[in-house]
Amino acid sequence: MDQTLAENAVFRTQAVTKVYETGEVRVVALDGVDLTLHAGELTVLLGPSGSGKSTLLNILGGLDHASEGRVWFKDLELTKLNERALTRFRRDHVGFVFQFYNLVASLSARENVALVTDIAPNPMSPEEALDIVGLGHRMNHFPAELSGGEQQRVAIARAIAKRPEVLLCDEPTGALDSKTGVQVLEALDRINKDLGTTTAIITHAAEIRKMAHRVIRFQDGRIVSIEHNETRLTPSEIEW
Amino acid sequence: MRALEKKLIRDLLRLWSQGLAIALVLGCGVAIFLMSYGMFTALTETRAAYYERNRFAEVFASLRRAPQSLMPEIAAIEGVYAVETRVKGSAILDLPGQVESAVGQFISLPASGEPRLNLPLLRSGRFPDVQSDDEVMVNEPFAIANGYVPGDTLMANLNGQKRVLTITGTALSPEFIYTIGPGDMMPDNQGYGILWMSEPAMAAAFDMDGAFNDVSLQLRRHARSDDVIDRLDDLLDPFGGLGAHDRVQQQSHAFIDGELKQLQSMAYVLPPVFLGITIFLVNMVIGRIVALDRSEIGLLKAIGYSNLEVSLHYLALAVAIALIGTLLGILVGTWMARGLAELYATFFSFPYLIFAVRPDIYIIATALGLTTASLGAIQSALSAARLPPAVAMSPPAPPNYQSSMIDRLLLRARPSQRTMMVLRNIMRWPLRAGLTMLGIALAVAVLVASLFFEDTLEELIDSAFYSTNRQDVMLILTQEVNSDALEDIRRLPGVLQVEPAQMHGAILRNGHLEKRVGIEGRPATADLARILDQDGKVVAAPANGLLLSTRLASQLAIGVGDPLTVEFLTGQRETHVVNVAGIVTSYIGLPAYMEDTALDRLMRRSSTFSYANLTLDPAKEQEFHAAIKDLPRLAGTVMIADTLEAFEETIEQNINISMVVYIVIAVLITVGVTYNSARIQLSERARDLASLRILGFTKTEVSFILIGEIAFLALLAQPIGWLLGAGLATAMIAGFESDLYSIPLVLSRDTFALSSVVVLAAAAASTLLVRRRLDRLNLIEVMKTRE
Repeated sequence: MDQTLAENAVFRTQAVTKVYETGEVRVVALDGVDLTLHAGELTVLLGPSGSGKSTLLNILGGLDHASEGRVWFKDLELTKLNERALTRFRRDHVGFVFQFYNLVASLSARENVALVTDIAPNPMSPEEALDIVGLGHRMNHFPAELSGGEQQRVAIARAIAKRPEVLLCDEPTGALDSKTGVQVLEALDRINKDLGTTTAIITHAAEIRKMAHRVIRFQDGRIVSIEHNETRLTPSEIEW
Repeated sequence: MRALEKKLIRDLLRLWSQGLAIALVLGCGVAIFLMSYGMFTALTETRAAYYERNRFAEVFASLRRAPQSLMPEIAAIEGVYAVETRVKGSAILDLPGQVESAVGQFISLPASGEPRLNLPLLRSGRFPDVQSDDEVMVNEPFAIANGYVPGDTLMANLNGQKRVLTITGTALSPEFIYTIGPGDMMPDNQGYGILWMSEPAMAAAFDMDGAFNDVSLQLRRHARSDDVIDRLDDLLDPFGGLGAHDRVQQQSHAFIDGELKQLQSMAYVLPPVFLGITIFLVNMVIGRIVALDRSEIGLLKAIGYSNLEVSLHYLALAVAIALIGTLLGILVGTWMARGLAELYATFFSFPYLIFAVRPDIYIIATALGLTTASLGAIQSALSAARLPPAVAMSPPAPPNYQSSMIDRLLLRARPSQRTMMVLRNIMRWPLRAGLTMLGIALAVAVLVASLFFEDTLEELIDSAFYSTNRQDVMLILTQEVNSDALEDIRRLPGVLQVEPAQMHGAILRNGHLEKRVGIEGRPATADLARILDQDGKVVAAPANGLLLSTRLASQLAIGVGDPLTVEFLTGQRETHVVNVAGIVTSYIGLPAYMEDTALDRLMRRSSTFSYANLTLDPAKEQEFHAAIKDLPRLAGTVMIADTLEAFEETIEQNINISMVVYIVIAVLITVGVTYNSARIQLSERARDLASLRILGFTKTEVSFILIGEIAFLALLAQPIGWLLGAGLATAMIAGFESDLYSIPLVLSRDTFALSSVVVLAAAAASTLLVRRRLDRLNLIEVMKTRE
C-alpha cells in the first residue's frame, strides 16, 4: 500500500518554515517541515498546542503563506500562487472542517451545503452530502435548531459536497462530547473510504490516531515522529 | 487613570471612524439648530428692541388729503396712544452721473421736532433743517449704494418742479428694514431711496399745506387693533382713505416675518431629523459594542464592578461621541450663522442686528446633543447592566433564524444562498433594516426638497417675466390721468409700444371674508402685460366681472360665477357687486384683473390710466431715461430686465449656497447611516464571510453579501425618499406662501434622479470603504475563536 501511496502524492512540502513576527516577538511556528500526504490517505496530526500542526494545515489549505520553503498540491506549486489563485484552489480542491463548525446562521442545513454546491464545478447535491453524514432528515433546520454534533456534520457535508480531493479538519471533535464526536468521525471515515478523499485530521484526542493510516506527531514546529497503523480501528471502537 | 477609563479611551480610538460618522450627523443637527434657532432669536429680539426704541407704529393708513384738524379726532379713538400724521410723496430722482433715474419715497419730518412715531435713527450727518426747503436726509442703504455722503446733492422732480436737494445726513428706520420700490421684486438700493424732508418743505412741494396724507398710530396696551382700524377707516373715508392696516400688511414687517417663519420652521424640522438618525446610529453602534464586549462585561462584573458602573461606561462612550459632534456642530453652526448674518445684511437694514448667537442657545444645543446620544445608548447600557456575569462569560446563543411565511415565499423565487443570507438578515432585524432605509430615504428627501427649488424658480421666472410681464419698462404715475396723456408717453424717445393700465385699491368682500387688494385694469388686447389662466393659456381681462388669482380666490373662498362685493378705495369710492369671471395663476402678490374700459364704465368716467407698460428700442435707452427724468406726475419706473437680473442674481447665489449645504447634509446622513450599517454588518458577519472565503468564494462574491443588504435597502429607500421629499417640498411651499408671493411646486424627474444619484454615490462610497476591510479579514483568526 505504501508503494501505491508514494506514487500518488497529493501534498508535498519541502523545508516549509513559518515565522510570525509581531513587533518585537518572533515566533517560529513551523521549522523546516518536509512531508508528503498521499491520495486516499487518512492522516492524524498530533501534538501540543503551538506545535505547528494548524499552521501546516492552513498552509496546505491555501489559507496562509509559508515564510520559506515550497508546497505542492500535485503538480501545482502553492507557494507561487497569489491571493486570487489560492481562492480558486480552495474553491476547486479543498474541503475544510473547523472546531467551531462555522455554519452561516441565516441559512438552513441544506442551504449551508448549497453555498458550496452553487460554486463548485462537479458537486454532489446538498441532499446527497447530508445523507452521507446522516442528516438527510434534518436538512431544513437552521443551525440554531441543531445540536453541536449535527452542526459539525453539516459542516462536514458542506466540506465534502464539492467532492474535494482533500479534506482538512482542524479539531473537528474539539467542541463535542465523545459520543457525538464518534458520529462525526464515522462520517469522515466513510467519506475517506467511499470517496477516496485524502483526509488530514488535527486532534488533541490521541485515541483518534487509531483510525488513521498514518499518525504524524509535531513538537516545536517540527515533525518528531511518523507512525503507520498496521490495523486501524473503526470510530465506533474508539473512546476518549 | 482607572483601567475602565483607559478602556473607554481605547474603545473610542478604535471606533474613531464610526464615531466620527455619528458625530458628523449629530454635528449637522446641532449646527442647523444653532444657526436657525439662534438667528431666529437674535432677529426677533433685535427687531423687538428696534421697534420699541424707535417707536414703530402699529396701525398705518394712507389717504388722499385730510386737514390737520382731523388729528385730534384720530387721537380720540379709543385705544390710540399716539398719532403721527405725515406727508408722503414719491418723485423721480435724477442722480448725477447715472443714466437711469431713481425713485424717491419722500416722507415729512414734523416741524415741531422729533417724530412721535417711526423715528428715524441718524447714522451720519444731521436731520434736515426745519426752515430749509432743499435739505433731505436719505436712508443709509441708498446713500451707500450710490456713494453719497452728507453734503452731496441730487436732483428731484418734485410735482413737476426740478429741484436740487442737499443730503444732510443718513438714517435708518424701523419702517424700512426691508425696502422695496413700487413694482419691484427685489430690494434695489441704488434705484430706490427713502428721503426725509421737513414738513413745510414737503407741504409746499406736494401741495399739502395744513394737510396730511399718511397717518400712523401707536395703540394702548390692551387696545383691539381691528376696532381702531375700523374707527380710523370711518374717519378717513371722506378724505380718500385707502384703508388702514396693522403691521401684518406693512411691507418691511411682513418680509421679516416671512424670514422669521422660515428660520423657525428650519429650526423645528431639520434638527429633529438629524437627532433621530443620531439616536438610531448610536443605538446600533453601542448595541454592537455591548454584544462584542459580552465576555468582558461578565468579567467586569465578576471582579466586582457594579451594574451602574458597567452601564455608565457604555453611556460615557456615547456621550464622548456626542461631545465631539456637538463641538463640531457649534463650530460649524457659528460659522454658518455668520454667513447667514452676512446674507441678511444685504437684504435687511438693521442698525444694530445682534448677529451673535446667545450663550443659552449654545447650552441648549449641547444639552440636545448629549441627550440624543444618551437616548441612543440607554437601551444597550441597560442591557449591559442586566446581563448576569455567569451568562455573560459564556458565548451567546446563535441567532435564531427560523423559516417564516415570507421565507417560504422567497424560496419560491429560487434565490442564490448568498441572496438568501441578505434577505434573511433583513427579515431578522426588520426594525434596523427599516431605520437604515428610512435614514437613506431622509437623505434623498432632504435633497429633493432643496433641489426642486431650481426648477420651481425657473417656472416662477418664466411665469412672472417671460410669459406675463413682457414689457421693458413700467412707468408708474403719481395719479390717474386721462388717456390723452398716453400720447406724451408714446412720443418719448425709443418707445416702440405702449399699453395703459389702471390700478385701484379696493376691498373685496365675500360674506365675512374680506381682503384689501389692488385691482388692475388692462386693455382686453394687452399683449405686453398678459394674464395666464391655470393651464398657462393667455386670457384677456374680462369685460364682465373680475379675474382673481388662485390664492386670492381661496382666501375669499369664492369660485367662478360667484358674486363679490368690491369696495373701491379710489375715485368716488363706490361699492359694486361684481361676479368672478375666472381664476388665474399668479405667484407674486394677490392680483385681481378687469378690463380697463369695464372699470371706466363701472365708475362712469372717461378713459384713464395710472401706469403704462412700454417696450423700448435698446439703441435709444439713454435718451429715454434722460427724457423721463423731466416727465411730470411720474412716481417711478421699473426696468423689467434689471428686476429680472437682480432677481436671478440673488436667487442663483442663494440657491447655489443652499444646494451645497443640502448636498453636504444629505451626504453626511447617507455616510453616517450606511457606513455604520456596513461596519456593524461586517462585525456581525465576519465569521460567515470568512467561512465563505475559506470555502473558496472570491472577495467579490463575499462582498456581495456585505454590500447586497445595504444596496438593497438603499434602492428600496429611493422611492420612499422621493415621496417624503415631495411631501417636504409641498410643506415648504405652503410654509413660504404669503400674500406677497407664493412658489409653484415643480418636481421634475431630474430632481429625483439627481437626489438619488448623490445619495447612492455616497452610500456606495461609504460601503466600499468598509468593503476594503474584507481584504484584511484574518481568515484563520476568525475561525479559531468562537464569537
